[in-house]
Amino acid sequence: MRVNFTVNGRPQEADDVWEGESLLYVLRERLGLPGSKNACEQGECGSCTVRLDGVPVCSCLVAAGQVEGREVVTVEGLADYAKQRAEGGCATGACGTSLQNAQQWEAKGDSHTGEGTELSPIQQAFIDAGAVQCGFCTPGLLVAADEMLERNPTPTDADIREALSGNLCRCTGYEKIMDAVRLAAARQGEAV
Amino acid sequence: MDFLRPASWEEALAAKAEHPTAVPIAGGTDVMVEINFDHRRPEYLMDLNRIGDLSEWEVGEESVRLGASVPYTTIMENLRAELPGLALASHTVASPQIRNRGGVGGNLGTASPAGDAHPALLAAGAEVEVESVRGSRRIPIDEFYTGVKRNALAPDELIRAVHVKKADGPQQFSKVGTRNAMVIAVCAFGLALHPRTRTVRTGIGSAAPTPVRAKAAEEFLNAALEEGGFWDNGKIITPSVAKQFADLCSASCNPIDDVRGTASYRRHAVGVMARRTLTWTWESYRGTRRTTEGAA
Repeated sequence: MRVNFTVNGRPQEADDVWEGESLLYVLRERLGLPGSKNACEQGECGSCTVRLDGVPVCSCLVAAGQVEGREVVTVEGLADYAKQRAEGGCATGACGTSLQNAQQWEAKGDSHTGEGTELSPIQQAFIDAGAVQCGFCTPGLLVAADEMLERNPTPTDADIREALSGNLCRCTGYEKIMDAVRLAAARQGEAV
Repeated sequence: MDFLRPASWEEALAAKAEHPTAVPIAGGTDVMVEINFDHRRPEYLMDLNRIGDLSEWEVGEESVRLGASVPYTTIMENLRAELPGLALASHTVASPQIRNRGGVGGNLGTASPAGDAHPALLAAGAEVEVESVRGSRRIPIDEFYTGVKRNALAPDELIRAVHVKKADGPQQFSKVGTRNAMVIAVCAFGLALHPRTRTVRTGIGSAAPTPVRAKAAEEFLNAALEEGGFWDNGKIITPSVAKQFADLCSASCNPIDDVRGTASYRRHAVGVMARRTLTWTWESYRGTRRTTEGAA
């Protein structure tokens, strides 16, 4: 079957989709967006977290056919999504992340400082706080943490833990991830 | 596999009548796991997300009509006052991502003895509204669970809503697992005080082939509370009464040994949760009594 939906602000079409296929599979294998990671395939690990009509969900548990006509934001579109949010909408009328740019997205520039590339504040904070080790869980954590900061700009540690409780990381022990989210929240507060 | 996309409830009923083997999918948090792992290859998958009515709820005089697809997150955020037991249970479901998609209709459809909503529904008192092209009926929650992952639905029926009695007293929910998030209950316990009828209702999860009520324990406690005038005098529950209640709750279990825990552990833990939730709810009841009496 064919599925038409919006990915990172741009309309996309996926063809030859099997009826039992997950949104995650469509994103990775049909649209070539490998940012959302495939690990447990049962909603345990959160590494496939995307926004579906703004709500964080495990894309491995959404049937492809269910996203027909709906809006998905993946980690590849997070920088643009955060930018639009900060600017109060799309000023130029040409926002979103094209499929090609999303497919080639990487944190270019200085990989340690993130300089020379456009990153969302949460992505920059993860780099600055050293919250990335192997990086496999990072995309899901970024999407989940970004959504929490949108809802709750001044989270307590308990709020952060609760919001990230569906994302497993087997490298960091979570402390640096907590640091990164606190850092992003503090920067967000300064900017206002 | 065929993907069915009914745009309305009537279309969904017609599709289910035509294809009784069609598997309804709403949040997908159970169904997609089975498909991802190749445990299930339904001939038809029927998406219910397009039916807006299923994600709505309505607070009535006596009960809340909760659409089958209302996500747990919504229950936690909006129905804490009306359905405190279910709101607490919802909070223990998996993770935010799962609670954003999953709902009580799916829990009932799957009818796993470990489903988190069941003890709360049993304790509060509820009816499941199911419908087919033949008509609509309401199944009392006590008659809904018929076996391990089996329920009272006919092949052509779909779950439309669940009518949960609004709380008329304190309710509690307790669940045993290895961590706070992402846990399938080792066992769970729900308790609701119903001061208006001077009764207590319970619900036990993951400790029998189906979710069950501890009826003998309820009867014992109802009689003990009545006899001691507890509902009126608001005294602390006698420890011996609490212990007997806990023992009877343990005795209502019919658990198995599995990877999550042994049968004897489950029996023991249910007793502990029964005693604790009784203490919590009763203290809360006494507190509200004191407040209202203090004003008089």
